[in-house]
Amino acid sequence: MLEHAWLIPALPAVAFFVILFFGKRLPKKGAEVGIIAMTISFVLSIVAAVDWIDRVNAADTGEHGLGAFFGKGFMAAAEGEHAVVAPVVKSVTWWTSGGVDFGVGTYVDGLTVMMLIVVTLVSLLVYIYSTAYMHDDRRYTWFFASLSLFSASMLTLVVASNTIEMLVGWELVGLCSFMLIGFWWEDRENSRAAIKAFLTTRTGDIGLMIGIIILFFTVGSFGVGATNSYALSPGAQHDLLLAASICLMIGIIGKSGQFPLHTWLPDAMAGPTPVSALIHAATMVVAGVYLGARLYPVFYDGFSIEAGGVNMMALIGGITILIGAVLAFVQRDIKKVLAYSTISQIGYMVMGLGVGAWVAAVFHLFTHAFFKALLFLGAGSVSHGGTHHSFDMREMGGLRKYMPITFWTFLIGSLALAGIFPLAGFWSKDEILVNAGSNGFDTFLIVGLIGAFLTAAYMTRCVYLTFFGEYRGHAQPHESEPAITIPLIVLAGLSIIAGIINAAPLGLEKFTEYVEPTFAFPDLVHAEFDYPKAILSVSIAAVAIGIAAFYWFRHEETGPLKGLTQRNKLAHAGYTFLENKYYLDHLYENVIVDGIRGPVSAAAYWVNQHVIDGVVNGAGRTATRVGSFAYDTIDQRVVDGAVNGMAYETGEAGEELRKVQSGKVQRYALWLFAATGVLALAVFITNVL
Amino acid sequence: MWEQQLAFWILAVAMGAAALGVVRTTNIVHAALYLVVVLAGAAAQYILLAAEFVAWVQVLIYIGAVVILFLFGIMLTRAPMGGEGRRLDNDQRWGAVVVALFVFGVLVAMLVDAFGGEEIRFGSELVAQGRTGNVGSDLFREFLVPFEVVSMLLLAALIGAVVLARRD
Amino acid sequence: MDINQFLILSAFLFCVGIYGVLARRNGVLVLMSIELMLNAVSINLIAFSAFGREVAGQVFALFVITIAAAEVGVGLAIVLLIYRNLSSPDLDEVDQLKG
Repeated sequence: MLEHAWLIPALPAVAFFVILFFGKRLPKKGAEVGIIAMTISFVLSIVAAVDWIDRVNAADTGEHGLGAFFGKGFMAAAEGEHAVVAPVVKSVTWWTSGGVDFGVGTYVDGLTVMMLIVVTLVSLLVYIYSTAYMHDDRRYTWFFASLSLFSASMLTLVVASNTIEMLVGWELVGLCSFMLIGFWWEDRENSRAAIKAFLTTRTGDIGLMIGIIILFFTVGSFGVGATNSYALSPGAQHDLLLAASICLMIGIIGKSGQFPLHTWLPDAMAGPTPVSALIHAATMVVAGVYLGARLYPVFYDGFSIEAGGVNMMALIGGITILIGAVLAFVQRDIKKVLAYSTISQIGYMVMGLGVGAWVAAVFHLFTHAFFKALLFLGAGSVSHGGTHHSFDMREMGGLRKYMPITFWTFLIGSLALAGIFPLAGFWSKDEILVNAGSNGFDTFLIVGLIGAFLTAAYMTRCVYLTFFGEYRGHAQPHESEPAITIPLIVLAGLSIIAGIINAAPLGLEKFTEYVEPTFAFPDLVHAEFDYPKAILSVSIAAVAIGIAAFYWFRHEETGPLKGLTQRNKLAHAGYTFLENKYYLDHLYENVIVDGIRGPVSAAAYWVNQHVIDGVVNGAGRTATRVGSFAYDTIDQRVVDGAVNGMAYETGEAGEELRKVQSGKVQRYALWLFAATGVLALAVFITNVL
Repeated sequence: MWEQQLAFWILAVAMGAAALGVVRTTNIVHAALYLVVVLAGAAAQYILLAAEFVAWVQVLIYIGAVVILFLFGIMLTRAPMGGEGRRLDNDQRWGAVVVALFVFGVLVAMLVDAFGGEEIRFGSELVAQGRTGNVGSDLFREFLVPFEVVSMLLLAALIGAVVLARRD
Repeated sequence: MDINQFLILSAFLFCVGIYGVLARRNGVLVLMSIELMLNAVSINLIAFSAFGREVAGQVFALFVITIAAAEVGVGLAIVLLIYRNLSSPDLDEVDQLKG
């Protein structure tokens, strides 16, 4: 399967076209096509994973042939670990231009395989969920078509063997995100949110493209393997790699919703909930993290991660953790809470990469996908069955009585997110923190812990507001149908057990073993599982939950803190600051965009009207005049004159010549004899004289 | 041979004058008669050149038959028999003069250039050549086919003339 | 005798005939002029026959005479027809093929 990994993105792509053309006529309106394709892709991903595991095992048990061939000195002997297992790369040259080969193909290693499983599994669950959630939607078929296209694009991004292909997948997922956020475009807000998402990520994409270009000229190739090998080679040009890292980082900031380009993600919640779950929680937003993970040697060398200290990646990640978490507190919309939570969690992943905790960051990506998708789908279930399609938590409350499955799964997801042992989030988040500490990034360790505290707190708030207390809404709450609840249950299960895969104390380090690349990958130090830190983080989370629960459960109606923000100016200012999302949106839209729009567009308009239109109109007038001149003078007089004149002259000549034919034979005879005489004379002269 | 020269020149002058008469006279019947003179003169020239058979055939056919035909033609077409003058010439007289003179000039130039000083040598074989028997034997040996063809031609002409001139 | 004497005589008769063909109005007169031309040709032939000691020349002359006779017959028939149709033997009247 490793050789044929291209099938995995290809199937949803085909499904896209099939649904597009035939979906409306199928009994399930195209959903069956999408689900079948994704199921097959998921199965193939599992097969690929098994194949990869076999491959790693085979390499471990002594086959050093390939390793010796590819190992540029990274025969990982230091930690007594495995041999170098080369990824399976398949590539065909798409076209050649100016000596540069543009290829398209697959690069399959542990990271790829893991991403394939995540993407296909979550996609599949979302598809199944959507059959119920989007059931009566006016554009049901198109929804599934877009979802299929998205899955295909994401899978392409994941298996990409060169940066151009990755860019293609990147842009395509951006496009699908745009389409799906603005799915209900009849509502103007949704279209605006979609455009905002697209433009913000586009701004980041500028950095991405420049980064790819810099890399290409530094490395001489677009290939992932070549780039990574180059970055780790002794002759690598550090400054160029630094420049490339910064540019790529800008792309990551945009796509993964990091500070300062995170503003699009909360607005993206205008899209349907399955979309939020799939794209803006589990897959697309982590594309940036994936990029960082895939091209890690570039960042490792560029940002000098080995040397410790503050670098852009860790810094941005850290900042994002905090601002996202803080903002999650002041949201009334349940999906927006989750959106800010996503921003924050991705901050963890980025920070993890920045501190050299590659395995931890990727592992967190893995677990986060499950519980965040769970949380989103749970929110969708709440709105579907509980509040008649509203996400406002003011209209919720007490739903645990009416929607038990949703409640329990949501609770499991929240606990996983908060990092409570033994759920998945604990293992992954904790590993990031541990590595941060052990690699010398103490500041970030503290940032992470604060983030964990905040995470637990806002999730408790969210859970409380939604499921506890009295029902404040206007609908008849009831549990959602199985198509919705079964994915929830599956994801809840995964949230519980997924973390075990890399549970070091239990001797299981499957992630490290199979997912961490050995080929063209820096020798990272893996921190040991640190019991003290683990207990510390769980305690912090528990304390946060406790405080929050205490506040909300007990003191919601009364108490000194109630109404604080109304009464106290400072608190109110703080609240307003948060409510306006740090005024970042204001900065972006009003200051930057309008500032450019105003004078620049006025100038552009003037240029357009006077200069450009002037030229065009002038050209038009000149052309018209030349045309009429050509017509009147040249065509009518000269050309027609010549033509008509010729005809007229021919006629006149004919009239004259006519007279020769008088009908009188003797006249003809005269000419005959005259001509004969002349001829004879000519012959005589030429021959004789 | 001064006798032949003399004969020639008398004949030549007569023929020339008569020819001019054919084309210039205003009386049609006179024209026919002038034509007779020309034809007779031609016959005499043939005898001068020892072509006696041809000479007699000329007299017989031309003067004897052709001219008679002409006279009949004149009569049947009610040609103006009195002299009504220049009505016998058409508009292009002068053009015709020019052309005729021009052609004559060209011919003379060519002939003088080609046969400048050539002479006809008279001798007994010349006379023998012109004998009827000699001509006849050539006619019926070398030129048998043309002879037959010409007879066909005469037949055709005869029938044709009859057909053409029928009144119906 | 110079052959040219005969030849120039024949040329002269020929050209007079040309004049007659071109300048005469009556069809019969045209035919007569044609006779003149044919005779000129015959004289030419006989002269060359004597010059070159070839009897073929005389045979040709015989043929010319024969054909001239045939031609006069047909020609006069045509002139008759013209006269009948146009009530005049004037060749100037025959211009129906005028362009």
